[in-house]
Amino acid sequence: MAHAPAAAPIIAFQEVAKVYGDTAAVRGLNLTIATGEFYVLIGPSGCGKSTTLHMVNRLSEPSSGRILIDGADASTLNPVGLRREIGFVFQAVGLFPHLTVGENVAIAPRLLGWPPADIVTRVAELLEIVRLPPQAYLHRMPAELSGGQQQRVGLARALAARPRIMLMDEPFAALDPLTRDDLAADYRAIHDRLGLTTVLVTHDMTEAFLLADRITVMHSGEVVQTGSPQELLNAPADDFVRSLIDTPRRRAKRLAELMHVGAGT
Amino acid sequence: MSPAIAGALARLPEYLSQHVLLSVSAIVLGCLISLPLAVVAARSAMLRGPALGIASVIQTIPGLALLALFYPLLLVLSIFTQDTFGFTFRALGFLPALLALMLYSMLPVLRNTITGLTGVDPAIKTAARAVGMTSWQSLLLVELPLAAPVIMAGVRTASVWVIGTATLSTPVGQTSLGNYIFTGLQTENWVDVLFGCVAAAGLALVIDRLLALAETGMAQRSRVRLIAAGVGLAVVIGASLLPLVGRTETHVVVGTKSFEEQYILGALIQGRLMKDGIGATRRDGLGSTVVFNALAANDVDVYVDYSGTIWANHMKRKDMPGRAAVLKNMAAWLKDKRGIAYVGPLGFENAYAFVMRRDRAEALGIKTLSDLALHARGMKIGGDYEFFGRPEWKSVVKAYGMKFAEQRQFQANFMYRAVVDGDVDVIAAFSSDGRIAQYDLQLVTDTKSALPPYDAVLLVSPRHANDGKLLSALEPLVGAIDLSSMQRANLMVDREKDKKTPEQAADWLESVIKP
Repeated sequence: MAHAPAAAPIIAFQEVAKVYGDTAAVRGLNLTIATGEFYVLIGPSGCGKSTTLHMVNRLSEPSSGRILIDGADASTLNPVGLRREIGFVFQAVGLFPHLTVGENVAIAPRLLGWPPADIVTRVAELLEIVRLPPQAYLHRMPAELSGGQQQRVGLARALAARPRIMLMDEPFAALDPLTRDDLAADYRAIHDRLGLTTVLVTHDMTEAFLLADRITVMHSGEVVQTGSPQELLNAPADDFVRSLIDTPRRRAKRLAELMHVGAGT
Repeated sequence: MSPAIAGALARLPEYLSQHVLLSVSAIVLGCLISLPLAVVAARSAMLRGPALGIASVIQTIPGLALLALFYPLLLVLSIFTQDTFGFTFRALGFLPALLALMLYSMLPVLRNTITGLTGVDPAIKTAARAVGMTSWQSLLLVELPLAAPVIMAGVRTASVWVIGTATLSTPVGQTSLGNYIFTGLQTENWVDVLFGCVAAAGLALVIDRLLALAETGMAQRSRVRLIAAGVGLAVVIGASLLPLVGRTETHVVVGTKSFEEQYILGALIQGRLMKDGIGATRRDGLGSTVVFNALAANDVDVYVDYSGTIWANHMKRKDMPGRAAVLKNMAAWLKDKRGIAYVGPLGFENAYAFVMRRDRAEALGIKTLSDLALHARGMKIGGDYEFFGRPEWKSVVKAYGMKFAEQRQFQANFMYRAVVDGDVDVIAAFSSDGRIAQYDLQLVTDTKSALPPYDAVLLVSPRHANDGKLLSALEPLVGAIDLSSMQRANLMVDREKDKKTPEQAADWLESVIKP
């Protein structure tokens, strides 16, 4: 059992299972995520990590067990209200193609009925945060932007209503490596600056190590190990975790060798 | 400009305004039903199959049949509401045409809306949920705007179909551009037929282009295109409907069946009523049974029928008591059973009449049907498509022991050429047809009264049965039109050279009938 986080949990999974037909996508899931934590769920495709993420804001409902948000049972909360208070970023981005960048970012405040003037200020502020100068991007259509720029808009849209929780489903997976590192580093800074709690799903162990405070490794719908990057590296729970952390380790070793040879000549 | 085109142009405002009013109402009503239905069906696979299935089946019903079906349906319904709730509505004209066309417009709108909505990228729909949209907000803010170009394409298809099919609403008593086509076909006025086709096609084309502009405007999110399309539609529809604005509600409807004599008499009656300050409109080209039922139901107020038709078809009588007795019994039956007022006979008959070439009749010494029966075995007889199946023919065969070598059926217009050219020896013609005189054909008289009388009679609907002003405007027509005048008026419309419109023939008839 992993050690309990010091702060009060903002999200807690208690014996959660999700069953589709007769196959269990997730079973016996117990997680506690502390306020302010950058939490990464990692595992191969089909391990149940995305399903887990979708259950937090009730895009998907658990078949059994309970999910607590700030101590309240999520199944008793209004799903629409819950989603408006939680930011969500997808791999597919999912910008509304018929709306401008500004209109996409403004959508959640608009649904919450903010005064129009506040929305205008907020949109400009958000575009600055994601480093898309408003004067250049406000009135552009999503189709005119690159993949990385689109994901920055997606990020701004998710942050618009000042959520305390951000859910991110492989947000950087479809981007080229340079853009990915750039955006990932930018987002980690935003997370710290705004004091967010982030749950990020990925299958890229390097990304997980670089971003996470804590990592949960999932396999076939179950938790294999939870711990800090350090704990995972030092004490992998089994061969599966060992194989997962092997790749970044091997890459790092090879890079170190190359740099050593280069320095030597 | 040729008088034929000028005449067609003069009727354009009336026909076009009615056509546009009908089509636009049908499309708007169709969309009001199809759109919500499609939204529900797009979210429920269980409803999608049946909704599309029913709409497809409706689409396979021929347009004319669908329109024709609504008239009896509404008639029964209006009788029911009259009996049960004490109110009634017009089962003829606008309503049946509107309902049939509305059903016709549904399939393309339904299919395209469902396709458009189900085709929205699932990632975008998930995003809509994830930002906290309710299902309703997702539909209005995301799914419908994204599906709009596809939906608009469906509306466009529906509009073109409806504008085209609306030309078929003439036989159920709704004025439309189809009036040109139907009367033109009957009177062989090809200028009218062509004019109607071009006008309907032109209207469809203009509306189609404007809706196409709206469609690309939606697809490219171009406000300029959308505004241009909206303004264009408003101008076209508004201008077309202008003749309807400020028009006084006319309270007398003159009906006609679908042949030239009826169009001439309809125009004549309308002219008389207007001259006496009675507002009158025409419903041309109605089916024979449709117009009778419409009169009884007050959907039509005045029309000319023929005593033999009412005797056999509506009174179901098989006996032949003679011309005067038929009129007397008919008048009493109309009043007692249907509340219809019988104004009187116009003065001529349009009966089945056996005619042959004068030289041939004289050579064989044929004057009566009894004479004809003696030579029949070696002769060919021609008739229209229904004649040899009608009771009149059976009655003649029975009375005279008639048996011909061959019976041939013709389209009525070709029958006269056939007897003149000697393809057949004798034809069952219509006694008021102008071509009997034109070709100098010999009438073979029915001395045994085997053929029922077909006096042209003027009838008035129950609601105007005691309308003194209307009746006194019509009464001068009683006994005023003799057979040869009617034949000459009919010939003006039938002949190839110097062909006149029914209205022109009616003017001529008005000038020669007794004051």
